[in-house]
Amino acid sequence: MDAKDILGLPKNALPIQEKKSKPPKETQRKPDGISREVYALMGGLAPLMPSVDVNQLKRKAQSENEKITWQWLPFTNSARKDNLQLYHWVRVVNGVPPTGDYSFAKFNKSVDVIKYTDEEYEKYLVDPAWTKEETDRLFDLCERFDLRFIVIADRFPSSKTVEELKNRFYSVSRAILIARAPSPGDVVGHPLVKEPYNVSQEIERKRALSMVLSHTKHQERRDVEVLAEAKRISEARKAAKAAEEPELPVMADTGHDVTDRGAVAADSISPSPSTQFPSATIANPVSETASVVASLRMLQVYLRSYALEQMVQAASSSAGLRTIKRVEQTLQDLGVNLKPKVPTRAVCAEHLELRKEILTLLSLQKQLQYKEAEGSSYRDGSYAETPGTPPPKRLQRAADLDRTFTPDSLSFGGERVGKRDQKRKGPGRSEAPSPPAQSKRPRKYKASD
Amino acid sequence: MPQNQTHGAEQPDIAGPTPKSQRTKMVKSSDDNENKSLAKKLKDSEICVPIVYGNIAFWLGKKASEYQSHKWTVYVRSSTNEDLGVVIKRAVFQLHSSFNNPTRVVEGPPFELSESGWGEFEIVITLHFHSDVTEKPLHLYHRLKLYPEEESGSLSMKKPVVVESYDEFVLSEPSEGFLARVQNHPAVIMPRLPSGFALPAVPMEDINSGKRGDTKNHPLSQCFTNFSEADELLKLAAARQQVQAHIARLRRQLSLLEGQQQLKSASDM
Repeated sequence: MDAKDILGLPKNALPIQEKKSKPPKETQRKPDGISREVYALMGGLAPLMPSVDVNQLKRKAQSENEKITWQWLPFTNSARKDNLQLYHWVRVVNGVPPTGDYSFAKFNKSVDVIKYTDEEYEKYLVDPAWTKEETDRLFDLCERFDLRFIVIADRFPSSKTVEELKNRFYSVSRAILIARAPSPGDVVGHPLVKEPYNVSQEIERKRALSMVLSHTKHQERRDVEVLAEAKRISEARKAAKAAEEPELPVMADTGHDVTDRGAVAADSISPSPSTQFPSATIANPVSETASVVASLRMLQVYLRSYALEQMVQAASSSAGLRTIKRVEQTLQDLGVNLKPKVPTRAVCAEHLELRKEILTLLSLQKQLQYKEAEGSSYRDGSYAETPGTPPPKRLQRAADLDRTFTPDSLSFGGERVGKRDQKRKGPGRSEAPSPPAQSKRPRKYKASD
Repeated sequence: MPQNQTHGAEQPDIAGPTPKSQRTKMVKSSDDNENKSLAKKLKDSEICVPIVYGNIAFWLGKKASEYQSHKWTVYVRSSTNEDLGVVIKRAVFQLHSSFNNPTRVVEGPPFELSESGWGEFEIVITLHFHSDVTEKPLHLYHRLKLYPEEESGSLSMKKPVVVESYDEFVLSEPSEGFLARVQNHPAVIMPRLPSGFALPAVPMEDINSGKRGDTKNHPLSQCFTNFSEADELLKLAAARQQVQAHIARLRRQLSLLEGQQQLKSASDM
């Protein structure tokens, strides 16, 4: 068949012919062994072609060459210390049972726990916080439980924390190692000698871990923000050297949490001291550009267009993506290139100032909107006399918000509408008319009207 | 690509003092102290070099083959066509990997590279500066453009496609030696020196002895775009005015609103 050719399966004429003779019969009678519905699912027919080529299936291993029986035989396990004899099924080939140790015996591994003598204890291992009995007990448990300190801590008679146990164990082992070594150089490579167990660090690390584990989503988000801010600020510190950025005060409500998170972040990211990381920051635009300037100076040589980009980013760092888009839209409407074609010093400075002013403008617009929403009241339908204005959707919404307001405000609501009308109807001006606060989106500024 | 050497021999000195003519008789700076003072960096000042970089491409017309349809030149020049050799030691043009030896190094001005080809790709231009300028190289990215914007289809052999970008690179805290060297060079824009500051006089090493590095009489100079900041400044100033006016108006509105609200709350009580 062509389909088989396409699929690349070898031609098997026989099975197909067989199958061809079978299907007519099989559809007529209900097949045994499969329920009717399942058979119907398959299409009511046996598959047209074997999905798996029979030749490619694994052959039954060496059948009929040897005589295979299965016998219930006893076995011993070298991993056991007693001589318990258990039984299991064994595959016997030609009457010969398999040889060799129990197959799972090789997994019986254990840890080499150092054993010290009493003299060694007196000489090197005396410690005020630990009695000899306790230390002996500890080592015994370590050996029994393969250094599983959680279990050991659980079984330890007097209550000591996991870190304390670990500390004792590792310091004892280390001391013994060093003491027994013929020369100090021999053991220098040993991991215990190279990096001794540091209790306080461990405690801190575990605490930090548990804190991170118990983070809520909200905290995670704030974490990311703090990290980004911290990174930026630490770079600025590097560049500026002098303490340009005072350590910003911790936000009142979050208090320790945030500094801790800073510590967690420091721990998890880099070993730098966590004290430098300020917590919540309110980005000061002046300090932003100062830090950018400092970082640019570090570069020694840079392109002015690149510098402008950095400054722009710094200035709009506190703004969201939407605001940035609006700034760019405004720039375009004003006929200004988003990236100046001739970036000289003066041009770049002007450009930056312009962007900042637009940001101010947009924020003022927003402020105005909020003020209007909260301040005055709007009555639906009382503005029917205002002709040809875009439907004051904003006003309607504000009206819904402010049902509690007294009718007194109607008077200066009307007044304000009047004022707005005035402004709206000022076409003769060369500048763009109508206050931006009216519409939700900032009014487009037309260079020529 | 015709070289500029033929021009160099006959040209008189360019208008404006060139370091070459002035400094040759000065004391050589072999003194240790002088070297140290030359290496001293001038803090809080920066020197700025305006450049233009881009490419010019000519369609080869009848002589064009499938793989060599255009002849193009990519270059970095001073925006006023001055000699950049005082600042830039060499320029490395990284071409597309399909070119032989895609890393082309140009050791002196004029910093340009000519090739023929058919494809447009991004060229990375790395500028290496003289050691007293800075150790760090600077990277410029330019997309080679061969085909004209309009799809009018009329590739003309005479009219080349020119794409130029203006930029300035800023060297912060330049060393005094460098400053002294380029004090009066027209290619750089000097910073304002602190009052009473005197730069040591340094003889200008003749980096390009005999060869002119400026591009004033470059064969393609008529294609060069003249970038003027005046245009842009004007537009920016106008835009700022508009925005400032709006801000003022908004502020008035806001204060008005606040006044009314205060009135209202006062009357409520």
